[in-house]
Amino acid sequence: MEVLLPRTLEEALEIKAARPEAVPIAGGTDLMVELNFDRRRPALMVDVSRLPELREWRRENGTVFLGAGVTFTRIIRELPEFVPLVQASRTVGSPQIRNRGTVGGNLGTASPAGDALPVLAAYDAEIVLAAAGGRRRALPWHQFLVGPKRHAAAPDELILGARWGIVRGPGSFSKVGPRNAMVIAVASLCLVMDEGARAFRVALGSVGPTILRAPEAEAFAVRALADAGAWDDPRASLSPPALQEFGERVAAAARPIDDVRGTAAYRRHACAVLARRALAWAFEDRRSTSRSS
Amino acid sequence: MLVRANVNGEWRTADVWAGASLLHMLREHLGLPGSKNACEQGECGSCSIWLDGELVCACLVLAGQAHEREVRTVEALSARETLHPVQEAFLEVGAVQCGFCTPGLIVAVADLLMLDPSPDEPAVREALSGNLCRCTGYQKILDAVRLAAERMRAR
Ligand SMILES: Cc1cc2nc3c(=O)[nH]c(=O)nc-3n(C[C@H](O)[C@H](O)[C@H](O)COP(=O)(O)OP(=O)(O)OC[C@H]3O[C@@H](n4cnc5c(N)ncnc54)[C@H](O)[C@@H]3O)c2cc1C
Ligand code: FES
Ligand code: FES
Repeated sequence: MEVLLPRTLEEALEIKAARPEAVPIAGGTDLMVELNFDRRRPALMVDVSRLPELREWRRENGTVFLGAGVTFTRIIRELPEFVPLVQASRTVGSPQIRNRGTVGGNLGTASPAGDALPVLAAYDAEIVLAAAGGRRRALPWHQFLVGPKRHAAAPDELILGARWGIVRGPGSFSKVGPRNAMVIAVASLCLVMDEGARAFRVALGSVGPTILRAPEAEAFAVRALADAGAWDDPRASLSPPALQEFGERVAAAARPIDDVRGTAAYRRHACAVLARRALAWAFEDRRSTSRSS
Repeated sequence: MLVRANVNGEWRTADVWAGASLLHMLREHLGLPGSKNACEQGECGSCSIWLDGELVCACLVLAGQAHEREVRTVEALSARETLHPVQEAFLEVGAVQCGFCTPGLIVAVADLLMLDPSPDEPAVREALSGNLCRCTGYQKILDAVRLAAERMRAR
């Protein structure tokens, strides 16, 4: 086994071009477990944790680019305006895990339980990939996440980061698990309300082979808000039956299985509850921001 | 592979297997057994150390990732006979039973009190959520954190 410690992105990409089997390691919070338990023994690893190009984030005309190497702790500290992303980052593991674990590693592992992933899906993010010689391409999140623990980056590519359009409006991330910290989600949900485009986006984690969106529920909420004249009225809300129906439509989008962490029926039920609450919270947030401004 | 790191203020070199963790390097190559090896999967926090000033699980860092970096372990907290206030508080309050979790907890608590000198109880629980103790039931540990925080603020 061999470990290479490139200092720049281009150096790392040249290693990937010459030896595409090289396994990148960022925070190591997924990969080191595999190594420690001898479940994997790659012949070559490339440390990407010191590449400055992956560790930055920036706003670029109406969008934000989040480098693959940004840790969950840094997201919590540096990106407070992206509320659902911060909420998801707070639920990851423990301080020790958040100090090391990165968004790029979450994408690289591509687990349906990866907590950053429903947020990126609800933001309609694209994943930016890089290869040697300045080659770059961006894939919409759903073309990047192709299945359980499978993604669409080519062997000679590294994940550079994620990019999404900044939206105005409330949003949240919530997660169901057996305790308050250090849990793999049994079900998770991210809801983003886009006041500008008058749209809702809802994404689910841990209830399917990969992250799922709930387009019918999204369309239902848009219509229900329009019918209630609520888009123009920040104090308006939806009736309890409408919230209930929204929850049921979100649950219908889930494709859960039974496993050690929960049954399919429980997961579906959890989706309905999370969805209903998330929508109610969005209205509360709107009301309180309209009061304070 | 040769890994050179600044460990507790001193540049040290170790010749480790490329797949080894930083925890293995500290314990087996550098004679620093304070960081404990229990789960090797980031769950228990008994291997907590600082890497470039950040609290991490040494079992989840590839040794090579510490090359040319700064590592600080529990061994750096006391100066000869003088204990760190967090260590003192753990002893006085009786927050130690078998002691296996203690070094990791001491490091995690020292890290917390560096970032937040007056944490309330939810903040303490949150900060220690990555450290498991099988013996104490945590109550004495919370007492020790309170005592250490008071003393450190007073100093
Ligand atoms: C105790 C514990 C608790 C955890 N709790 C949670 C939790 O609550 N929620 C959650 O979502 N996750 C959790 N995890 C999993 C893990 O922390 C996350 O998935 C994290 O985002 C992984 O990031 P990393 O940088 O540590 O990845 P690494 O382990 O370094 O890498 C993970 C994968 O991504 C690939 N990779 C990394 N960077 C790149 C890149 N730039 N380009 C291409 N491929 C890349 C690697 O090759 C590897 O396949 C937990 C892990 C542990 C050990
Ligand atoms: S040994 Fe590292 S967290 Fe348990
Ligand atoms: S004192 Fe025994 S594990 Fe904590």
